[in-house]
Amino acid sequence: MSDTHAHTVSFVRTETLPEREPPYAASGPVKWMRENLFATPANGLLTLVALYVIYVALSGVLPWIFNGVWNAGSLTECREILDGTRGACFAVLSERWPQLIFGFKYPPEYYWRPTVAFLLLFVAVAPVLFFDLPRKLLAFTAVYPFIAFWLIWGGTVLSPVLAFVGVAGGAMVYQKLVNRSFAAGFFGGIVAAYVIWKIGGFLIPETASDNAMLGAVPSRDLGGFMLNMMLGVTCVTLSVPIGIALALGRQSSMPLIKWICVVFIEFIRGVPLITLLFVASVMLAYFFPPESSVDLFLRVVIMITMFSAAYIAEVIRGGLAALPKGQYEGADSLGLDYAQATRLIILPQALKISIPGIVNIAVGLFKDTTLVSVISMFDILGMIRGPILASTEWNGVYWELLGFAALLFFVVCYGISQYSQWLERRLATDHR
Amino acid sequence: MTTMTDPPQGSFRLSMLLYDTRYRSMTFQAIALLTLIVAIAYLTNNLLVNLAAQGLNISYGFLADPAGYDIDQRLIEYDNQMSHSRAALVGVLNTLLVAFLACMMATIFGVIAGVLRLSKNWLVSKLMAFYVEIFRNIPVLIWIIIIYTIMTAVLPPPNAFRGDNATSSMLMDMFAFTNRGIYLPAPVWGPGSMVVVAVFIASVFGVFAYRRYAKTLLYSTGQLLPTGWPSLVILLVPTILMYFIMGRPVGLDTPALQGFNFRGGIKVGAPLIALWFALSIYTGAFIAENVRAGIQAVSKGQTEAAGALGLRPGRIMNLVVLPQALRVIIPPLISQYLNITKNSSLAIAVGYMDITGTLGGITLNQTGRAIECVLLLMLFYLTISLSISAIMNVYNNSVKLKER
Repeated sequence: MSDTHAHTVSFVRTETLPEREPPYAASGPVKWMRENLFATPANGLLTLVALYVIYVALSGVLPWIFNGVWNAGSLTECREILDGTRGACFAVLSERWPQLIFGFKYPPEYYWRPTVAFLLLFVAVAPVLFFDLPRKLLAFTAVYPFIAFWLIWGGTVLSPVLAFVGVAGGAMVYQKLVNRSFAAGFFGGIVAAYVIWKIGGFLIPETASDNAMLGAVPSRDLGGFMLNMMLGVTCVTLSVPIGIALALGRQSSMPLIKWICVVFIEFIRGVPLITLLFVASVMLAYFFPPESSVDLFLRVVIMITMFSAAYIAEVIRGGLAALPKGQYEGADSLGLDYAQATRLIILPQALKISIPGIVNIAVGLFKDTTLVSVISMFDILGMIRGPILASTEWNGVYWELLGFAALLFFVVCYGISQYSQWLERRLATDHR
Repeated sequence: MTTMTDPPQGSFRLSMLLYDTRYRSMTFQAIALLTLIVAIAYLTNNLLVNLAAQGLNISYGFLADPAGYDIDQRLIEYDNQMSHSRAALVGVLNTLLVAFLACMMATIFGVIAGVLRLSKNWLVSKLMAFYVEIFRNIPVLIWIIIIYTIMTAVLPPPNAFRGDNATSSMLMDMFAFTNRGIYLPAPVWGPGSMVVVAVFIASVFGVFAYRRYAKTLLYSTGQLLPTGWPSLVILLVPTILMYFIMGRPVGLDTPALQGFNFRGGIKVGAPLIALWFALSIYTGAFIAENVRAGIQAVSKGQTEAAGALGLRPGRIMNLVVLPQALRVIIPPLISQYLNITKNSSLAIAVGYMDITGTLGGITLNQTGRAIECVLLLMLFYLTISLSISAIMNVYNNSVKLKER
């Protein structure tokens, strides 16, 4: 058969042809561009418009940035160096750097203290953010608030030590009693901490802060981006537990507790943060005992914490509502009481669902810390609009300063939201 | 042989308040109530003691006193001899004005950016992603100040428009962009202009009637009438005809330079524009994300099924995708509107006289009535928020999937 076949066909290729390159227009960048940039005429037009927009933006901004002056004493000096060419005057950033970061009243010889506190912050939050790190690091996280307090405010080391001893004592009492009943552990812990603080308060002499290792800094001297960071970190940390309590209270079957929580949450969510800051600056002082003097920083922390707690409560309520009813019933059928079921079964799952929401609130809150500049606290925006732009040297340097503040916030907020997306993927236990 | 056993009917003991689940919640609530009462009593007592120590009292009488300050941007008649309450009313209207304008524009920005972000065009979708990330991650207060600075530091002062070799000129001789604000021509309503307005309103109703008629015709006979250009004709032609029949009663009062400033026309002040634009682009970025999520929430099978039924792309969008996407988009959209209203209180940072600037700013500082002013301010925002929430609940109930 094969012989006859060989005679009828004049040519048979015995080996395969070498593979040829795909047509130029159907592969590589050209194909990609045809599909993604010039699929239809309208699409092509859109691409050209977008390219033009990008060109205009970059051609305006890039020369301005690269032609920037980093060393000058004032705006006029900057303009002399630039000599009529377009360029930024970044010298204001290098010259006023400490003011932008620490505010204008924080003693310069102490700048290292907030810096150390800031670096330690990363060590402290790392075990909270990344679960793979050794759990023992959490011990440092527990101590960190007291170290940071001592570093930033200075004064006698006894007060943060006493505060820590009180918290530790409360925690120990809680651990002892929590197996009997959660309520006993919780209230026992609070009472123990309170007793330790009261007793300790008598032991610390009035003059302890006078010759302390770290000089005391009053909180009205805090400022700059440090103030934004401090407000953001403190208020988010404090508001998560309060938010959880409010969310649980709102889901409670006890009508009175439910209504207290509903009224609180809806009231806070219904008013803008700025009115709450007005409360902090002009009104809250009336509600404290006459002899006490609660400084503005603490009052602002109280109000911002209340504000973000209400929002976090709503996010967590969403998480609680999203849990299937079977989880609650399963916990009940295991014979767990309310505190055990909530602590061991409900909250871990509900919090996992609410993490993206909580992070959104945290980012929003961090951005909202700029509002304190309205009640004349000198955070980074307050510094820019107040002392720096009002000074004779730097009057008129808007874009460099505002751009710098915007960049700082962008880096932090974008970083946090990227972390939250990573965490969401990491915590996804359902199979897709 | 099962016997029902009654629960033990023992006498009530005190320990049952804590250990018996029937009474425990009562105990807790009683404790909570007591704590609440004690806390309120403590705070009130502190307040009264502090007020007495400073010789103050709580009174709203100051609202009737003359305010004594001027408000540049206002919607109603006001001068500095009028009362504080009138100033607060001007502020309320200004808040509502900027909130309304910003809601409109934020929706436009948000919808455009959200739709373009889903574009198949790689460059455009990346550009929109960039817009969203930049504006969402930088505080709105910084945006307000940046735009205010653009308005006041980059735009020319009014005297740059003056003289023979003026450095700036008005756009089409009608619009002037100055560092004090933008001047627009104002309509002047001459005699007979009401007829034109009435005709215009009637034609708006006419458009709706025509569309309704086209729909009924389509459903009953299957005949499809065009709706696009006839609507436009019905809307515009009668009004324009009537405008010329009545002898052009509506004129324009264009702003003109007089002395050091522009006179005539409508002045939109720099603070209003800064607040309006900043709130719009900032909230627009959030709305863009909502719109994107809403469109992505409609599964692709819906589009394909509609296509299989033979619907054209425009109708697929109108009849299948949008109704389902809107159900997802509208609730967060309304809460963004609420955010705009609350964020409009940042007006105080650029000196726009909204309710925070009048009642919470100058009135508070002049009268020293901090508690009263802040309470009134909170009451106002609370009323707005609760009414918007109420509207949202009504809407949510009306679009809720009817599960049977």
